Amino acid sequence: MGFGELELLTLQQYWWIIIALLGGLFVFIMFVQGGQTLIDTLSDDETEKTMLINAIGRKWELGFTTLVLFGGALFAAFPLFYSTSFGGAYWVWLAILFCFIIQAVSYEYRTKPDNFLGQKVYESFLKINGSVGVFLLGVAISTFFSGAEFVLDSNRFVEWQNPLRGLEALANPYNYLLGFALVFLARISGALYYLSSIDHEPIRDKAVVSIRFNMPLFLLFFLSFMGWILTKDGYAVSASGVVTIESYKYLHNFLDMPFVLIMFIAGVVMVIFAVFSAVVYRKTCCIKTGGAGIVLTVMAILLNVGFNGTAYYPSTSDLQSSLTIVNSSGSHYTLTAMSYASLMVPFVLGYIALAWYSMDRVRITKEEIESPDAHNY
Amino acid sequence: MEEHLVDWSRAQFALTAIYHFLFVPLTLGLGFIVAIMETIYVRTGSEEWKKITKFWMTLFAINFAIGVATGLIMEFEFGTNWANYSWFVGDIFGAPLAVEGILAFFMESTFFAVMFFGWNKVGKRFHLVSTWLVAVGSNLSALWILVANGWMQYPVGMTFNPDTVRNEMTNFWEVLFSPVAISKFLHTIGSGYMVSALFVTGISAWYLLRNRDVLFAKRSMIVGATFGFVASLFLTLSGDESAHQVALKQPVKLAAMEGLYEGRESAGIVAVGILNGDKNLTNDLEPYHFEIEIPYALSLLGYHDANAYVPGLRDLVYGNEERGIISTAEKMRRGRIAVNALEAYKEAKKGGDILKAAEAKKLLDENMKYFGYGHIKAAEDVVPPIALTFYTFHIMVTLGGWFLLLFALLLFYVTKRDISAYPLLLRSALWSIPLGYIAAEAGWIVAEVGRQPWAIQDLMPVGIAATKIATTNVQISFWLFAILFTLLLIAEIRIMTKQIKIGPEGGH
Ligand code: HDD
Ligand code: HEM
Ligand code: HEM
Repeated sequence: MGFGELELLTLQQYWWIIIALLGGLFVFIMFVQGGQTLIDTLSDDETEKTMLINAIGRKWELGFTTLVLFGGALFAAFPLFYSTSFGGAYWVWLAILFCFIIQAVSYEYRTKPDNFLGQKVYESFLKINGSVGVFLLGVAISTFFSGAEFVLDSNRFVEWQNPLRGLEALANPYNYLLGFALVFLARISGALYYLSSIDHEPIRDKAVVSIRFNMPLFLLFFLSFMGWILTKDGYAVSASGVVTIESYKYLHNFLDMPFVLIMFIAGVVMVIFAVFSAVVYRKTCCIKTGGAGIVLTVMAILLNVGFNGTAYYPSTSDLQSSLTIVNSSGSHYTLTAMSYASLMVPFVLGYIALAWYSMDRVRITKEEIESPDAHNY
Repeated sequence: MEEHLVDWSRAQFALTAIYHFLFVPLTLGLGFIVAIMETIYVRTGSEEWKKITKFWMTLFAINFAIGVATGLIMEFEFGTNWANYSWFVGDIFGAPLAVEGILAFFMESTFFAVMFFGWNKVGKRFHLVSTWLVAVGSNLSALWILVANGWMQYPVGMTFNPDTVRNEMTNFWEVLFSPVAISKFLHTIGSGYMVSALFVTGISAWYLLRNRDVLFAKRSMIVGATFGFVASLFLTLSGDESAHQVALKQPVKLAAMEGLYEGRESAGIVAVGILNGDKNLTNDLEPYHFEIEIPYALSLLGYHDANAYVPGLRDLVYGNEERGIISTAEKMRRGRIAVNALEAYKEAKKGGDILKAAEAKKLLDENMKYFGYGHIKAAEDVVPPIALTFYTFHIMVTLGGWFLLLFALLLFYVTKRDISAYPLLLRSALWSIPLGYIAAEAGWIVAEVGRQPWAIQDLMPVGIAATKIATTNVQISFWLFAILFTLLLIAEIRIMTKQIKIGPEGGH
């Protein structure tokens, strides 16, 4: 049996799961972004800073590419979301892209002689990417719950109703919750990653301190965010595609889909466990547990907003324009073709893991960074 | 739609694409050149070759970083600035982009890290394989994006679905193996190899002119010149195929490339010429102020037949019954029927009138081929900017000829003579570096400007494709991109030249 024989709805769900997985992986890999905001806090001198930057610098491309794939996969699988949200919330997305464009060059150019903008500027690019970039992504995802102001015309072309083109999301204080939660989460996972990849006590000490400081802040924003979505009205879709407001929709979704709820709880527990082991037992391996926890948590949240008859991109201007995985997806043929392509994903993850393993077998040390033939960022 | 919106959207897309393509060609070719160098190192075990490999790899990385930075925006810009387009054809167009992410970009970025940081961490073989995979990955990414682009030039493998108001894919293989996509892919990676070979030989020439790092420079020169010579042959062949495809699929573009107003048999190519700015479709002025023509060449290039008939712009716009070419006015009439039928269909569906809907659908299907013409205002609007298309095409082809000659000379003198004794040749090599970039960008301007006014040939004009947004937004983002990318470009060039000055001995 092939993908072609599956029902359209099954394919749509399959692709939403992939999107959720990619979202989860992306948030996990934001340890790079979080790590970028810690380069000054965790270092005392240039060498230490270089160690930090090189530890995450070998991974930044992965995060970047995940973001790219996230865009491409949405385009292919849910083209109506791609056109509506990117075209509509123009400035939010462009601002996010700007924050990532400046990241891409900063590692390579930072310490090169004659680099025009100077080391300080490249480092501040990394910090902007790690803070503003992550925050805005959180805000953008938060609009899955708070809704956006758009109408689709009879050609399904988007007409955005707010001249701020997406920036109006910043006027809704609830959207800040996920933004800040992500920022602090990324800083925690960044510190966890440093613990595992750098063999240097002073940095490790400071990494633990920073986790201690960031964890309560993360919990504050994350729990508030969860509190908000679990108690707020949500956007339900009937079998015939009519969108209505339902109170406690996202809470219902968790209860209706126990599997997703378990995933969510397991994920959160794993993150807390990872932090606990790192802070209390000074374990250095916790990025794996923490990372898996992040992936599960994010996936569960995205499955919650996409499944069980929910409009994942609600329109507050015209309820019936809201996007669901059913009305925004690619055709049966395209989803089938793409599903075959998706069979390559395990293979890709496999070679990423292989390369990761062979590169991280040797931890970063002071000696390595100071050795003359090192290719350093 | 707001006035000028589409012009700004186009300008922004052109700006970002042109920037992206400043860096892409070098990635496409230098990846392979470096892999070849490293292979020689692994085979011979010679430290000199390791040094050569590492030097070019450093330049590769500097270029790669900004290539990736500018590529990110491209991935999302179809959504931000061409939202209507993205819905109308996203079902087909999105797929290659997603596949590109899965199959190409991850390969590139994963092994890029190994290639740079793995020297002392992984085995020699694993490292070499990684270097090759970076090159393969980047060329695969070119494949998928050019499949997408080829599809815009010549849409195949889909059908229009009036219920979702979009085109839907019906045959993935037709999209992938479309002759336009394949010739585009081959020609474009060829241009990347060419630019890279010019880069390597030009910089090597600079060292030789300064009489420093001579062994290093000569060895690099041999690899670069061989690679470049083969690439220029390949580029000429694939360019010929591109022109053939344009002749078959986009005759208006071909006519614009040559400034051909009246159709002719046994048409020649104007090798060098200056267009008459006052000439237009309706007056009878001479098209050129001055021209040198190569007889039969256009018929040969376009149709692989010296006597073939090449339709001119007038034939294509006003029709030519004798040759069986229908006029644009007629296409517009049928296009309007299609557009109206779609509206009627939507109306009927809303009202639940199945009979009427079926009728409208039939009418729509019959005229769908000309759907895009339904939005064209005047027949003359289907002609792209002639001067830009004409001059860029001629610049590209002329430079192509020059590069072939240059590489032949370089290869001869570097293997058979002491090339250091020929400073004029070395200087020509050095000054040809920017020419490579000019040729590559010119090629894209031919391809993309020559496609105007269509975003998707015959299906969707650019005016309909653009995101509906207040023009000021696009103006602001245009300037933000212009400033940011220019700053980054300056940084890149300065870092690059500094590394070249430091040379193979000093860099890391
Ligand atoms: C170093 C760069 C370079 C050089 C020397 C040439 N080309 Fe080229 N050309 C390109 C780089 C390029 C390109 C950037 O790769 C383009 C843009 C889009 C594409 O498919 O390839 C292109 C497009 C392009 C097109 C338009 C295709 C389309 O609109 O779909 C034609 C007809 C040719 N080329 C033909 C030639 C011929 C006959 C050449 C003679 C030697 C030649 N090119 C040299
Ligand atoms: C307008 C359409 C294009 C889009 C949407 C696009 C998208 C992208 C993206 C997102 C990246 C960054 C990938 C990463 O994270 O590693 C990238 C890089 C790259 N793109 Fe493009 N691109 C476009 C045009 C092209 C063309 C025409 C080519 C080749 C002919 C090309 C070849 C490459 C290559 C080789 C890279 C690797 C990085 C580098 O350039 O140094 N792209 N592109
Ligand atoms: C990287 C190499 C490329 C360069 C230098 C380039 C250049 C250009 C230029 C100069 C224009 C403006 C044409 C005009 O408005 O008159 C343009 C428009 C456009 N190009 Fe490309 N292009 C490239 C690759 C691509 C690819 C690979 C795609 C699609 C996959 C693409 C899609 C578009 C679109 C959608 C527009 C806007 C609509 C239009 O003006 O037709 N381009 N490009």
